[in-house]
Amino acid sequence: MAIKWKRKDLVGLKDLSKEEIELILETAKSFKEISERPVKKVPTLQGKTIVNLFFEPSTRTRSSFELAEKRLSADIMSFSGTSTSSIVKGETIKDMARNIEALKIDMIVVRHGASGMPHRLTQFVNAGVVNAGDGINEHPTQALLDMFTLKEKKGRIEGLKVTFIGDISHSRVARSNIWGLTKLGAHVTVCGPATMLPVEIAKMGVRVTNDLKEAISEADAITLLRIQLERQDEPLFPSLREYANTFQINKDTLKYAKPDVLIMHPGPINRNVELADDIADSDNSVILRQVTNGLATRMAVLYLISGGTER
Amino acid sequence: MKGLKKVVDEEQIRRAIMRISHEIVERNKGVDNVVLIGIRTGGAFLSARIQNNIKLIEEQDVPMGILDITLYRDDLREVGPQPEFRGTEIDFDITGKIVVLIDDVLFSGRTIRCALDHLIDLGRPKAIQLAVLIDRGHRELPIRADYVGKNIPSHMNEEIIVRLLEDTGKDEVLIIRKNGEDDEGEEE
Repeated sequence: MAIKWKRKDLVGLKDLSKEEIELILETAKSFKEISERPVKKVPTLQGKTIVNLFFEPSTRTRSSFELAEKRLSADIMSFSGTSTSSIVKGETIKDMARNIEALKIDMIVVRHGASGMPHRLTQFVNAGVVNAGDGINEHPTQALLDMFTLKEKKGRIEGLKVTFIGDISHSRVARSNIWGLTKLGAHVTVCGPATMLPVEIAKMGVRVTNDLKEAISEADAITLLRIQLERQDEPLFPSLREYANTFQINKDTLKYAKPDVLIMHPGPINRNVELADDIADSDNSVILRQVTNGLATRMAVLYLISGGTER
Repeated sequence: MKGLKKVVDEEQIRRAIMRISHEIVERNKGVDNVVLIGIRTGGAFLSARIQNNIKLIEEQDVPMGILDITLYRDDLREVGPQPEFRGTEIDFDITGKIVVLIDDVLFSGRTIRCALDHLIDLGRPKAIQLAVLIDRGHRELPIRADYVGKNIPSHMNEEIIVRLLEDTGKDEVLIIRKNGEDDEGEEE
């Protein structure tokens, strides 16, 4: 690997080069072994302090980041939800971030409902910033772990056909994946009700369809996206039942896909809405592998970022 | 290149590694409980050669693994890009084993310190022995090798370059002056 990692932030995959993404994926591969050891910890980030700021609910991503930080021997501090924090008391994000930084911390992992918030944060603080999901913009570490899992199972990314089904317009997971996958030469298809497909999406270099059969027939991997009822101001489809009837991946619809297609989901699953029980637990499903790989991917990101100097 | 001097050739390297292989077998009265672990990258190549040699000597396969010490380095906190981490590959348990740790050059001893910390995280070996192709002196930590290919006394502003067949297509050890000719050092 010829290139060196220079960034001190990971805000989105939109900004990264193909080589940077490949470096993260290669590094993550090496990190996977650490979690198989009797002592699942390395001293790499000893003496570094990482703050996890989660302004939106999160179980999986937050615990994955926290465990990754612990396995790298960083000291960590986590704030979750807005109810316990001083935001409720009227403090601005800027003041909050600067106050946290006054405690001499090295990195901030942030999740926020507003798109662009991690980018704003990089303008306020000297600490490195890692985006753990911002609004409907990006969720870079999720996309990286998805790509890592794809590469691990299929041996490559280039030339793969990857389909995303569900609420594309509200999905930061889809957006980050599209940035990353297209840079690495995969062919991306997005599928969902017309109300959930943003008008501009085709400009990102993806195929757009409302036809489930067409979307999955040649796919090497299918990622199901959760219907994010919390992000819908007005209903985008008549009922969950109707959505499931048209777009659910189950025994019957999966017949149209290749036998070795990978079923992926960023979690949490709404079982029997976007994905039927039997398929979620089938041999095609790599959903739990994604969780395992998420840990290695986040360790790799934190390791690389910790040496970065450039914004 | 100016100031570049070959100090060990292919044949000398071959013989040194063969002698170390014999010494490992002799010291441990066979290799029943011995495992070889090479430090990336040079050490890994050398341990594969030692593994082959031991197979010739004792007709026995000795387990071999590769150690990547990057995450244990004590200079990671220095400003700048993190070194490439390619991972440790050891698919056996080292607990209770005699681990022969193998590296190309022994210098400050800091790499070996990292390797010892790393090994202890993988299990509790019965003993750890150290084999190096070149010992160039200038230790900064209380570490010594059990098996040494060649002692090469060196100046601090000289660099020792070990080139191995697996990597460069050629086996040789070179010595090079780092700061040009205007140093106080002695000319050879």
